[in-house]
Amino acid sequence: MSVELDVFVGNTTIMDKEVYQLWLNGYTVNDAVKVRIEGGVMEECEASAEVLLSDTMDQYRTFQMCERLLHHPAKLANQLLFQIPPDRQAMLIERYYAFDDSFVREVLGKKLSKGTKKDLDDVSIKTGIMLKSCRRQFDNFKRVFKVVEELKGPLVENIRQHFLLPDPLARDYAAIVFFANNRFETGKKKLQYLTFQDFAFCAGQLINNWTVGAVDNMMEDMDVDLDKEFLQDLKDLKILITDKDLLDQHKSLVCTALRGKTNVFNEMEANFKNLSRGLVNIAAKLINAKDVRDFFIDLVEKFIEPCRSDKLTSIDVNLYLTHYTNSAHILDTFKHHTVWTRYMGVIKSCILRMYHD
Amino acid sequence: MPGKLKAKIVAGRHLPVMDRASDLTDAFVEVKFGNTTFKTDVYPKSLNPQWNSEWFKFEVDDEDLQDEPLQITVLDHDTYSANDSIGKVYIDIDPLLCSEAATVISGWLPIYDTIHGIRGEINVLVKVDLFNDLNRFRQSSCGVKFFCTTSVPRCYRAVLVHGFVEELVVNEDPEYQWIDRIRTPRASNEARQRLIFLMSGELQRKIGLKVLEMGGNAVVGYLQCFDLEGESGLVVRAIGTACTLEKISTFPATATHPSNSSPSKDMKDSPQAAPSTLGCRSTHSSPVHSASSRLSQGFSVSVPTLLFAGMKPRHRSSEAPRARQCRPGFGEEAPGVPLSSGPPTPLRAQTFSSFSPSKSYSRQSSSSDTELSLTPKTVGIFQCPSTPALDSESSPLPSVHLPCHLRPVMSSRSTTPPLLHISQSDTAMLRKSVSFSEELMLAASGMGSGGSVGKEAGPLKALLRQQTQSALEQREYPFFTLTAFPPGFLLHVGGVVSARSVKLLDRIHNPALGNTRSYKLLDWNSFAADEPETRDAWWEEIRQEIKSHAKALGCHAVVGYSESTSICEEVCILSASGTAAILSSRFMQDGPPDTEHRLSRQPLCVFSTGSERVEGDMGSSASLGFEEVVSPGCGFCHIPYDELNIPFPAQLTYCYCCRRYKVPDVLFTTIDLPNEANVTGKGCLIQARLCRTKKKAQGEGNATAISSLLPFLEYELHTQLMNKLKLRSMNALFGLRIQISVGETMLLGIASATGVYLTALPSPGGIQIAGKTPSDITYEQHISTMQKKINDTIAKNKELHDINPPEVVEEIIGSPIPEPRQRSRLFRSHSESSDEVSELDLSHGKKDAFVLEIDDTDAVEDIHALLTDSPTPAGFYSCNTEIMPGIQNWTSAIQMFTSVRVFRLNANLTNQGLNKIFSDLCENLLKSLYFKLRSMVPCCLCHLNFTVAIPEDELIQVAVTAVAMSFDKEQPLENGKQSGEKTLIKAVTENDEQLQFNLELNAETSSSNPRSSPKGLSEVGSHLSARDRCSSWIEQLKLKAHTIRRGSVKTTSSLEKASPLPEGRSRSLRSDRSYSGSSVAVVKMTPLSFIPGAKIIKYLGIINMFFIRETSSLREEGGVSGFLHTFIAEVFAMVRAHVAALGGNAVVSYSMKECVFMENPNKNQAQCLINVSGDAVIFVRESELDSTLVQTQSATTHPSNGGEGT
Repeated sequence: MSVELDVFVGNTTIMDKEVYQLWLNGYTVNDAVKVRIEGGVMEECEASAEVLLSDTMDQYRTFQMCERLLHHPAKLANQLLFQIPPDRQAMLIERYYAFDDSFVREVLGKKLSKGTKKDLDDVSIKTGIMLKSCRRQFDNFKRVFKVVEELKGPLVENIRQHFLLPDPLARDYAAIVFFANNRFETGKKKLQYLTFQDFAFCAGQLINNWTVGAVDNMMEDMDVDLDKEFLQDLKDLKILITDKDLLDQHKSLVCTALRGKTNVFNEMEANFKNLSRGLVNIAAKLINAKDVRDFFIDLVEKFIEPCRSDKLTSIDVNLYLTHYTNSAHILDTFKHHTVWTRYMGVIKSCILRMYHD
Repeated sequence: MPGKLKAKIVAGRHLPVMDRASDLTDAFVEVKFGNTTFKTDVYPKSLNPQWNSEWFKFEVDDEDLQDEPLQITVLDHDTYSANDSIGKVYIDIDPLLCSEAATVISGWLPIYDTIHGIRGEINVLVKVDLFNDLNRFRQSSCGVKFFCTTSVPRCYRAVLVHGFVEELVVNEDPEYQWIDRIRTPRASNEARQRLIFLMSGELQRKIGLKVLEMGGNAVVGYLQCFDLEGESGLVVRAIGTACTLEKISTFPATATHPSNSSPSKDMKDSPQAAPSTLGCRSTHSSPVHSASSRLSQGFSVSVPTLLFAGMKPRHRSSEAPRARQCRPGFGEEAPGVPLSSGPPTPLRAQTFSSFSPSKSYSRQSSSSDTELSLTPKTVGIFQCPSTPALDSESSPLPSVHLPCHLRPVMSSRSTTPPLLHISQSDTAMLRKSVSFSEELMLAASGMGSGGSVGKEAGPLKALLRQQTQSALEQREYPFFTLTAFPPGFLLHVGGVVSARSVKLLDRIHNPALGNTRSYKLLDWNSFAADEPETRDAWWEEIRQEIKSHAKALGCHAVVGYSESTSICEEVCILSASGTAAILSSRFMQDGPPDTEHRLSRQPLCVFSTGSERVEGDMGSSASLGFEEVVSPGCGFCHIPYDELNIPFPAQLTYCYCCRRYKVPDVLFTTIDLPNEANVTGKGCLIQARLCRTKKKAQGEGNATAISSLLPFLEYELHTQLMNKLKLRSMNALFGLRIQISVGETMLLGIASATGVYLTALPSPGGIQIAGKTPSDITYEQHISTMQKKINDTIAKNKELHDINPPEVVEEIIGSPIPEPRQRSRLFRSHSESSDEVSELDLSHGKKDAFVLEIDDTDAVEDIHALLTDSPTPAGFYSCNTEIMPGIQNWTSAIQMFTSVRVFRLNANLTNQGLNKIFSDLCENLLKSLYFKLRSMVPCCLCHLNFTVAIPEDELIQVAVTAVAMSFDKEQPLENGKQSGEKTLIKAVTENDEQLQFNLELNAETSSSNPRSSPKGLSEVGSHLSARDRCSSWIEQLKLKAHTIRRGSVKTTSSLEKASPLPEGRSRSLRSDRSYSGSSVAVVKMTPLSFIPGAKIIKYLGIINMFFIRETSSLREEGGVSGFLHTFIAEVFAMVRAHVAALGGNAVVSYSMKECVFMENPNKNQAQCLINVSGDAVIFVRESELDSTLVQTQSATTHPSNGGEGT
């Protein structure tokens, strides 16, 4: 005797959050049943393994049928096939678009292409996340990317509206899209210590300050690309390191301000030219797409690592960067104040975020 | 040309991609009605086209309006090749034809394709301008309201109940036409869908005509079924109960208005319908004898008539009180037991006396009217002096009325025949009563020699005989498809009557085969005229059988009546069943619209609203007023048949409530438990399941084999039911539904019912096991352990279902009898008080125990099977009636569901093996349901409707549709805490719940149900186990609460609790928060006739939909389960969308009539047909009601908008 067909359809679609999570995590039906049995549902509800299997299969089928709609969350709200209460809909969407930080770290900044997708089995092995789940997360990234790529207006808002995601999740997706679009390198060994949230924070800074949309909301451009004009202007900052006088003047101003305020003053003074060169060089090169990709690795190599070897605390770094930024404005011959503020504001907050003690 | 149909195509959305190159679609729409087609422009390159078309106008006959659906086809324009069809929408415009139903159809409807399922949605607007057709010879019946609900619909009151209406139409099945070989599956499916739409429309129209003929304005309990007879054709048949309904005004200010206007409306209706009555009647009638001669053309085995006539009539005639049927040799009694005219006589008297008012507005009529209303009061008074003891015991009706009224009336009638045609309703009434008298006549003639003729019947006889001549020509069935009745309507219940018949389907010799006219419905009077009559005759036979069974039970009516078929190849089992009953003539009379009459009817009218359990003070006050009229809560249990000529072996005792009348020891019925019935404890679902193997055979042999198996099947089902009933220590079954399904190699039987302990009936004795060989010691031991097990189970069940029957206090019987009515009161109050000190009654020895003899392995198996029924998990109850007796305080959380399972059996199973598998199958299905719905605990699965089928060899299909409803435990102490918890669980389980007002509900139940309040207290006090269960449930809830993330749900529920906002607004607030774009209205669905915590304010019309879905890529669609899952979800979606388009927010009395699933895995194909029906309604939450009433005095549309909200 065998069950050929087993179907349960409710007028209000019944969805078990626990099973949904198992499904999202890529468990097979049988594995999910095992997990549920271990979870103790059976004793709680006087059920048998058979009942559990039937329920799990049924739920899985429901989720599969819903998946199509979840790809376009706006449709979920006005489709007729499933009667799902709004709070449930929100839950479904939010969980479907949720991702593992460890997974996203692996693909962050990579091109969301078929090639990358093929490598997902390696990612799966490395992170311990099931391949199915990896694929779903990857496809989510790609889908969001494709939709918002062409859209005008603020990135986060676009994502939130099109995918009905809660604000924090929409911001994370904005970061992922932004990284994927600019192909920032995040996978290098030196960057391994950084979490996804670190990068997401940086992405937020870049989106809010360095893109076209950041300056002018009315601009008919997108939020995903860096402001080319601004990048061009950054070249002008080179004067800070190429002009010997200016460099010395800058150094003395910073040192005067810092003196006595930190116990790593000597290291700071010694390293000033080095650090300043590093930061300004990064700025000057950003016009090249290739150097944009290396933005984070450059920050780490040119600034964070030297600071760290000098055992600066993040308070020290903050202090240093504050005065370094402000002092530049006092320089007589330095004219590019706006660009400098726009550049250093982001650099400072990124470095502070990336500077783990 | 009395109708103008207007349709406007607004827009489409979510259309499928039809052009691969552009990933877009160039869609346009064809709108077709009858033979007229309109087209919209092509809206190029869009998946969300905005056609915004002009109004397409169709000028059509109202006959066509009733028959035809509006057919909307969405196509993809293709310049070079043929346009591709995207899908279709069929719109039943019937609801628009009734002024009281919907006025416009407007909304997003799913575009459905039989191969691809739902493919996007289309927004349409449909209106109808109907010109009143007063043509007396018209063939249409616009304006007759149809209800699937098997009780008086919630916002109506029954003025009159006219009786049974039935009709069937036949056509050949397009699937079996020659053309089917060359057309695509899609074309074939669509032809079928359209045909069935047409046939249902036609059927409904014809039934409507019959109702108009009878003078009614509505059909309640409308049950439509399809018989897919394969090559021999397709039968669509329907039965229902014709009624005259009157809308209840919800506004106190206008309360008197409708009662004033309605009689005049009746009068208006009648003249136009009356003439057609006579004309139509004669054209339709197909004499029995001619039909039977046709029957002889083919082979037919009619079980009841041919096989059982002399053998075991009780088998079917009296399924109810069969306590002793296990004893061998019960067949010695003669069939068709003659019956004394004692009990029926007074009824006749009542019926006739009701004539007088309608015929003349004389002094006599009004006096009889007043007496009618007084009647029940006088029962006791009149009873003693004038009637023989025999009568007084069996009938609470005043036989005294007879001499005073009957004779004058009778004579006036026979002498002045023209009076018969005064008004239509009058004629209907006449026919009704005539059929009664016919019965009596038959009974009387049957008595002939031996029967003890009552004193009153003697003089009557001669008069009646005159009537009978004409009466015999009327083919009227005193059947009612209702399962719940206005209080006071149902007087006595005799028991279940059922009849089955095995028929061989004969081929249609149809010249239309292959004809171009194949789509056209066959005309009755042309070539195929014999077809419907054959089927008619089949049913007629069965109905006659039922009628005679009812008569044998001393009953003149059959209530809770239903019909069904099971078809396998060319064999067809026709089944009909119902409950024999005696009804009050109150609703079958017609009265002059004089004030006196209305006054006397007033309490009645109010009371019909009292049948609404959810109704507040109105109901309770009504029940107060009625207490004097109806015997309280036990009257219906009193036997209607003559004690000395019991038509079957039964044990009679005095009623445990009133101690005055006899009651049987067990009562089986097909109806819902009457509201006023006194029940002890809670009920539960009782199910008997049976599987019998059968040899493969063809034609006649097969039919014979089946018909010889049937009685055994039925016998065993009843034994099982009885055993299980005893095991649960209950004494009555309600909602009994026996389904027998036939397959090639087996027969399946499933009987479901809700068992209850009726306080009026004697406490069931236990089950005693007796062995055949008492010498063997080990055997003895075995038996005693088994006995112990059974006793334990009984004790456990008693506790589980709160069955604590009040110990009967003997002194009551001995005490002097003061005044009958008062006495019964006294007793009742006494029983209430004795309730609290009651102890568990396990003294089986005192009563006759039910003895099970273990004489072979079969019996042992049976007993084992008996004990394997697993109890429902804590917090769950289940029943197959509308609601569970003993549970009152429902919350508004409801979840309707359909579950289907198909099992493949191994070949070569024995009967026992099969039985076990089948039983396990059902049990497991139930377990799965409990598990699925665990978040709704404490809840009750109501209206659990099992349908079994044998789609092919070795496959068993079980389909269940039911609703899970949460309820509050009666725990006054923990009320506050609990309601807090409850909002949580509701937030988890339900989307649009509203806070229930506990106190209000409790107050309501206690006032309307006199015994509930003291009982409730005692329950809480004495049943610790119940509370334990409950507290564990609270624990569970707390766990649940912790798992809710983010707390958004919590805030929602607290918001609801705090704000007195109407639901619609609060909900839209909530939805605003998350999505602004949602345009989908929430539509509730339930198989019940009501929605807990809400009031139905408008019925929008019947929903009757038929869909076919086919696939040739079964694996790709997720296998059979995936395929069916999608299909059922699609059907739900389409039902919801159509209801929403009508302006409704719920479907009540929803049922899935048919779910035919066929698969061919080798070809990767599957096909499924589903037929669903229900009533579209607008409801408002009771908490909102007050505010809406204040807001809008007249408009009903306003609350509907508010209710839809999102």
